[in-house]
Amino acid sequence: MSLLLPLRYLSGILKVYYSIVCLWNDTLRLITSRDYKMSQRMEVDGKTALKRLQNYLNNYYFRKIVYSIVTLFGISILIFIIARVLPGDPARLALGPRAPEDVVEQYRKLLRLDQPIYVQYYYWLIDVFHGRFGLSLVTFRDVLTDITEFLPATVELIIFTLIIDIIGAFSLGVLSGRKPNSIIDNSVRIFAYAGIAIPSFVWAIILQLVLANWLDLLPAYGRLSLGIEVKRITGLVTIDSLLSGNLIAFGDAVAHLIIPSLSLAIGCIAQEARILRANLIENVNKDYVLNMYAHGIPGSTIFFKYALKPSMIPTVTIMTLDMASMLGNAFLVELIFNWPGLSRYGITAMLRKDLNAIVGVVLVIGLAYTIASIIIDLVVSYLDPRVRHRR
Amino acid sequence: MQKTSVQELKFIELERKIKRENWRRMWFRFKKSKLSILGLSMILVLLFMAVFADYVAPYPSHAGLHIAFKNAYKPPSLEYILGTDMYGRDVFSRIIFGFRYAFMMIGLVLSLVAPTGVILGLLAGYYRGTVIEAIIVRLSDIFISLPPLVLALSIASILEPNIFNAMMAVSLMWWPWYVKLTYSMTVSLRNEPFILAAESQGASTLHILFKELLPIQLGTILTKVTLDAGWIILIGAAISFVGLGAQPPTPELGTMVSEYSKYLPEYWWMSLGPAAGIILIILAFNLLGDGVRDVFAGE
Repeated sequence: MSLLLPLRYLSGILKVYYSIVCLWNDTLRLITSRDYKMSQRMEVDGKTALKRLQNYLNNYYFRKIVYSIVTLFGISILIFIIARVLPGDPARLALGPRAPEDVVEQYRKLLRLDQPIYVQYYYWLIDVFHGRFGLSLVTFRDVLTDITEFLPATVELIIFTLIIDIIGAFSLGVLSGRKPNSIIDNSVRIFAYAGIAIPSFVWAIILQLVLANWLDLLPAYGRLSLGIEVKRITGLVTIDSLLSGNLIAFGDAVAHLIIPSLSLAIGCIAQEARILRANLIENVNKDYVLNMYAHGIPGSTIFFKYALKPSMIPTVTIMTLDMASMLGNAFLVELIFNWPGLSRYGITAMLRKDLNAIVGVVLVIGLAYTIASIIIDLVVSYLDPRVRHRR
Repeated sequence: MQKTSVQELKFIELERKIKRENWRRMWFRFKKSKLSILGLSMILVLLFMAVFADYVAPYPSHAGLHIAFKNAYKPPSLEYILGTDMYGRDVFSRIIFGFRYAFMMIGLVLSLVAPTGVILGLLAGYYRGTVIEAIIVRLSDIFISLPPLVLALSIASILEPNIFNAMMAVSLMWWPWYVKLTYSMTVSLRNEPFILAAESQGASTLHILFKELLPIQLGTILTKVTLDAGWIILIGAAISFVGLGAQPPTPELGTMVSEYSKYLPEYWWMSLGPAAGIILIILAFNLLGDGVRDVFAGE
């Protein structure tokens, strides 16, 4: 029975997803088709039904999501190999060098290390599906409990970083793309070189030193100042403080967020602003823009309505890579700012060779990155109709 | 012995001339931008300092373990350009030795990663639609679907923390990007007439891969190599900063930033010095990369 368990999960997920896609497509058809009543009257024979099914399977979003599920399984195999094959002996590592040999042997049996590798992977996968990552050697608690405790802080940091990143990149890109070779454009160019050359952990140290220690504008460490407490509802301090109506705590939490998320965002802002600028300048010189000028459409309308949208496509595409660098750099930035998030927990686990915790953290980050790249792909397909219809 | 006719000699001479002309043309395109000249000269200076660190550094003995507590915590002055650290070591001398590790890292990682990735990418692109393609492309996709730094950190965490294993971790994480680059280019070149011509003349697979497909892509690959050098420094410094790479007595730039950042904000010069070193080397490689891109973009 247990052999079929993952298969059942998979087929269940696929069924749920397929029904969602069908519903979604039917709703779209309901909204978009003008002759909906006509199509209602038409009879659907077997051939049309098959064709419709093929269309669903060829659907861009469907393929995207099936592909990411496959990749997620790939990630799980990779992480499993990292966790099981590279080190000498997981049982010895878990119990420490002074544990007696028979205890280690017992533990090895418990971890099924005496069985072939694919059997190990199968049981490990079942455990992961049930949320059993094992015991953390850092906190001596279940890894899943730790993850649920530390994840909200990182989510808060990343979301705040994304907000800063999107606002900064688009405003700087539009400002420098609107008037090429102006003072603003040149200063953005210098800023872009600085943003690319300076790693985010160096930004973190510099910003902490200048803004927090020398100018004393913002707090240097942690999520909240001493003496301010917020009841944990969602785990996101800013939202919790708003929910409980504690405005002082909200201000404090935002002040604590600014430097870490700024140091994470600056590199991405620089890169995205440059790409947006280059594409804006390229698109403004195209024939369709000239055509619009000839029709007497005002310049700002052309710029913001017709030139900006296609220029956003490469910028949004590059955000997948920036998201990856953000999630990676969060490890360093959380360490510097003593931010009680998942990445700092991951670093502590890595430094103590706590395999269960490393696996849990990397899996969660892999999942988050996959979801983020799906969302970015969807945004790109909204902006660029050519992507949607590519087979 | 076969005699070469005058005409053939002339032809060989002409070929050489064209080659020389090509180099001159590339140099012309490169030097058009002053920034790329700046990047090249910065790299040459840094490389010189790294190679002759024992002669350039004011205090060569301060690189490793050296304790002189009477000189500790001195701010920047004429005697110690970037100040001294908590053991009384000259920070500037240590940074110069740090460049040595940085260049070592670039050299080792790129020489491991670029050939492997390029060969795998060529194979996958040439054998399109076969098992070889499926395996190589899926494998590299899996490596790419994790954030690079997270993958590098998790690999480094399992190995013993030293600079050599940090390089291994970076290499393990880096090869799929070269596969992706060469694969996409090879796929688009695969059905070109000149490949078909070579195949119909009975050229071997090795000839097609390395004499027909590779030379066209070399410019793009070279551009990526120069641009990647900066990123390798960044990732390597990040691994060391966390404490999974080189360990403290080693004058590695990331390790130094991490070691000295404990003494912020009072002794700021200690950690800002190595940080500036990292910035300088990344900036230099980025400027050079832009220049190299200009050289090959015109073709």
